[in-house]
Amino acid sequence: MSTPLLEVRDLQIALAGDGTTYNAVEEVSFQIGRGEAFGLVGESGCGKSITALAVMGLLRRPLSVAGGRIILEGEEIQDASPAEMRRLRGRRIAMIFQEPMTALNPLSPVGRQIAEMFVLHQGASWNEAMDRAEDALRQVRVPSPERRIKDYPHQLSGGMRQRVMIAIALACGPDLLIADEPTTALDVTVQSEIIDLMAELCAAKGTAILMISHDLGLVANMCRRVAVMYAGRIVESQVAQAIFATPRHPYTRGLVDSLPRLGERARHGRQRLREIAGVVPSIAAYPSGCRFNPRCPAVSDICRSISPEVTALAADGLVRCHHHG
Amino acid sequence: MKLGANTWVGGALVGLALTVAILAPWIALTDPVMDANLMNAELPPSWEFPFGTDAQGRDIYSRLVYGARISLTVGIVSQICNSLIGVTLGLTAGYWGGWWDDLVSGLTNLMLAIPSLVFALAIMAILGPGLVSLVIALGLTAWSYSCRIARAQVLSLKSQGYVQAARILGYGDLRIMFTQVLPNILGPLIVIATLGMGGAILSEAALSFLGLGIRPPFPSWGSMLSEARDQIRSAPWLSVFPGLAIFFTVLGLNLLGDGLRDILDPQSTTRRA
Amino acid sequence: MANVVPTLLAVVALVFLLFSVLPGSFISGMNEDGRSAIDPAVMERMRKEMGLDDPLPERFAKYVANLAMGDLGTSFRTREPVTKLIGVRVWPSLKLVLAAMAFAICVGVTLGFLAALRPGSLIDTVSMVGAISGLSLSQFWFGLMLMYVFALQLQWLPSFGYGDGGLRNLILPAIALGVGPMALLARTTRAAVLDVLNADFVRTARSKGMSERRVVEWHVLRNALVLVVTIVGLQFGSLMGQAVVVEKLFAWPGIGSLMVDSVFQRDMPAVQGCILMIVVFFLFINMLVDMAYVAIDPRIRYR
Repeated sequence: MSTPLLEVRDLQIALAGDGTTYNAVEEVSFQIGRGEAFGLVGESGCGKSITALAVMGLLRRPLSVAGGRIILEGEEIQDASPAEMRRLRGRRIAMIFQEPMTALNPLSPVGRQIAEMFVLHQGASWNEAMDRAEDALRQVRVPSPERRIKDYPHQLSGGMRQRVMIAIALACGPDLLIADEPTTALDVTVQSEIIDLMAELCAAKGTAILMISHDLGLVANMCRRVAVMYAGRIVESQVAQAIFATPRHPYTRGLVDSLPRLGERARHGRQRLREIAGVVPSIAAYPSGCRFNPRCPAVSDICRSISPEVTALAADGLVRCHHHG
Repeated sequence: MKLGANTWVGGALVGLALTVAILAPWIALTDPVMDANLMNAELPPSWEFPFGTDAQGRDIYSRLVYGARISLTVGIVSQICNSLIGVTLGLTAGYWGGWWDDLVSGLTNLMLAIPSLVFALAIMAILGPGLVSLVIALGLTAWSYSCRIARAQVLSLKSQGYVQAARILGYGDLRIMFTQVLPNILGPLIVIATLGMGGAILSEAALSFLGLGIRPPFPSWGSMLSEARDQIRSAPWLSVFPGLAIFFTVLGLNLLGDGLRDILDPQSTTRRA
Repeated sequence: MANVVPTLLAVVALVFLLFSVLPGSFISGMNEDGRSAIDPAVMERMRKEMGLDDPLPERFAKYVANLAMGDLGTSFRTREPVTKLIGVRVWPSLKLVLAAMAFAICVGVTLGFLAALRPGSLIDTVSMVGAISGLSLSQFWFGLMLMYVFALQLQWLPSFGYGDGGLRNLILPAIALGVGPMALLARTTRAAVLDVLNADFVRTARSKGMSERRVVEWHVLRNALVLVVTIVGLQFGSLMGQAVVVEKLFAWPGIGSLMVDSVFQRDMPAVQGCILMIVVFFLFINMLVDMAYVAIDPRIRYR
């Protein structure tokens, strides 16, 4: 396989608390190839968002990268200087965030916020940049873009604002687009439109996507490979179809099972929604051994004392469980 | 509950001021009004007169100590008055709404349009100078802010489950207001009261300085400053010490208020931002 | 903004009531210690002259009518129209208040910004300690100290008075008056800037690859300014109040010192006139602040 676009090896992110340091994220490793769509799934608080921020170099106190390597096209960037990281952001790696409501500057017209990208990275004049901003809006299928560029964020709907964010992120043709729960705050009807738009534009430009979500179904539809995170660790990673067909980790199995499916009621009659018992542990109180053990249906003694190692699976997959398979 | 440096330093300063005020008769060296010896006029600080003497030969230290009583009493009483008015109006306005709310809001807007010191001056103009009119003037003109905050807090709590539950259970309005709502909004209101006391002391000093509040020969920190003003060239220390007394007391109240805000009002509803 | 007229009317009504309803308040012997210095027959004649025995609504109507024509009554003390007395003092007061506010904004907002951009640093601590001290100062005492140091000891500046209306006389009173608002502005600006620096859209700006300096210039400034403008508006009210005392201290010929003198002399028409003038000032400046607000924040335009 050719050099992956992004390789993360044994990433460790520390959280400085009152006097002690916690490891918010540990031993996280994954690879994303050129133009590939990769999904990172997990419940709130599992560390997927801060992993993304670490790749962008946007971690702020009290979070910081404490170990591991982040390699972009063969170059290590985890220790890069702020100036070097700035050169990467927007140009080679871009990010869109969850809350379109608050992610845009309320006092600046959206056209200008898109135009900023061209002025910053391509030395365009403001006039040129505004024209190109209009084109960008057209690409993300915002109607009447010539009028919209003068609008302020509060005049647009959530879906429109997210389209603006996508336009900003893809403006300079980055190699990697990180999308952190881009549709969670949007209406259901709009969600699939946004996802389709992202997939189409990235495929057209050859941009890789790191898709972060708590929605396994959404991610599996869009991405070629999926990694599942729990309590700061990656517990399973496989090709999308395999994750659904043959989940190897009890947590993944629980996630897959909890998805309601069409036609089930006809087949099995009315049933309760299946859920995974228990709650995600707080970072200060991670269980010893396998972190999932309090909630695992397949738990045994070894799970409570020894943290499971990574077992490789077919097609670059991996699983972290004593009882996988 | 971590108490920051603010609370400790502020509390210490306020405690010191209160202690001085309470213990005044015991820690003063002379009678602040009667012990006037013109032979001792305008002496700089010395062992006998730690802060010097004024134009009438009275010991500044003792006057300062007794002055603490007056300034602090005025500050505390007028702030309590303001808080009572403001909280009652705000609480009832927020709870009952309707025409009463409109009336109170209109009144609050009106009060906010007139600077409080100006309003206090106007009232003093009508009532004449003196301690009583001072307290009335200060106590009736600075309630708008606590009214606003109390009302805003009540409005946000009104929709909370336990208020509605109390209603359904048949609790009377007054009972709900005082047993359910009030305890929950006390936090920000205590912060405002603490900070307001500082403002009241400053206002009293200003009015006494102008000659409208406490009149000579009675010592209030403000009236001491008005007397000192004419001697600024010959006896500058007369102006320094009362001013410092005011400064440290108000600083203590401000620090304490800030510190209390961190504990009692973490969402900063009282921040004037 | 639409609030201005009803508020003004309400203030007029309140002022009128205050001074008319309380018995004996209007012509209370016109003497500082409350004793009647005028023989009762003269007082009776004055009461008739000023129509003080007429029914209240009639008096109010006359009062408002007079106001509409710019007549604020006649001063007891000088027998001149109050409007004339005040008119000559408007500009000095305005100058003082604006100078104080300008000082407060320039120094306060700058300090607040610097403190927020380097939180926890020396400049942050020093600024904030300075700010809370500034809030605890008695402004007239501070003025007195300034006067002592800069005018009497160092003799750099005149110690009081308006002088020829030049800058030298304005400096000390403006600083004394402005130190309180400056302190509050420093604190509020710092809080506002810190808030904005943590906002989502600033994170977006950083993710675009902007340098921190650009982030501050293009995104933080305007947003923090919105909060600052609010405070400036609110501060003008208390500034007017404090101006009264500072004017008296520095013998500044403004509306404030006129009001204080009139209160002493129980010159009620003058007191009434001063209060109204001060409130008009305040409402006018509030209106300007509101307009500035609309210019900065587009969200308000599209209500």
